[in-house]
Amino acid sequence: MTIDASTIDTFARKEIEHPDTVANHAFGFWLYLMTDLVLFAAIFAAFAVLSHNYAGGPTGKELFDLPYTFGETMFLLFSSAAYGLAVLAMYKGKKNSVLTWLGVTFLLGLGFISMEVNEFYHMILSGNGPQRSGFLSAFFTLVGTHGAHVTFGLIWMVTMMGQVVIKGLTVPVQSRLMRLSMFWHFLDIVWIGVFTIVYLMGST
Amino acid sequence: MNQAHIDTTGASRGSFKSYATGFILSIILTVIPFALVMSGTLSEAAVLCGIFAAAIVQILVHLHYFLHLDTSSAMRWNVLAVLLTLLIMTLFVWGTLWIMGHLNYRLM
Repeated sequence: MTIDASTIDTFARKEIEHPDTVANHAFGFWLYLMTDLVLFAAIFAAFAVLSHNYAGGPTGKELFDLPYTFGETMFLLFSSAAYGLAVLAMYKGKKNSVLTWLGVTFLLGLGFISMEVNEFYHMILSGNGPQRSGFLSAFFTLVGTHGAHVTFGLIWMVTMMGQVVIKGLTVPVQSRLMRLSMFWHFLDIVWIGVFTIVYLMGST
Repeated sequence: MNQAHIDTTGASRGSFKSYATGFILSIILTVIPFALVMSGTLSEAAVLCGIFAAAIVQILVHLHYFLHLDTSSAMRWNVLAVLLTLLIMTLFVWGTLWIMGHLNYRLM
């Protein structure tokens, strides 16, 4: 039997995925998240070592605005919950509802990242950028790495909204939506560590 | 094909109730540590204990209600991966603080 290009193309378009593959993909992605957690552990360790090396610069207590951080935290928490509603809509096969909740999740995530960029911008503008002290280098690395993850999550979310529109809620699309769900909730968990260790501990 | 549903994803299914419970608990567990630090009435040690306890409980809440991690056989390998990662993270963080703390003590 010969398989020409058109046959392969048909296979690709059908987007067949075996149920076992879905579970394996989810577990594989879970393992990736665990390695990502090791990355964050290394950056948290670096932050813990450098957290009091102010080099005459400002301390966390002088820099952090806790009500502002609380606002950021709420944006991320509400977006996590909104993604949960998108997953529930996906189980019921309600395409429009999935798109709506993905849109809400995206906007809340965008709100979080905008607040963070705004915070970074004002810190750098007032001369308290990453080059100011060891503490600030570690701060920008840790919070910035989390922010970069959230940004990539947002790009992924737009991609998935496009796939839901174009391909519909096929098994591979549902499988990808579940992996993005894991990624998004995972980032919220890492943020719990960030606001506790960086912002709250830095303000006591 | 369009109406197909995935039976298993390696993560067991959540319900509206589980997401709502997790969400409300998370809000409470976020308000408590922020209030502890911002009120500034307790001693520093008490505040640190409080915010760490709230963080650990909230992480468990997220794992259970949002990521649906439990002790079922389907999740066994996921839980095992978490435990191994926790071990590695502990070695990383504790080892770093131990070595750097000693270096600081001997060189300063």
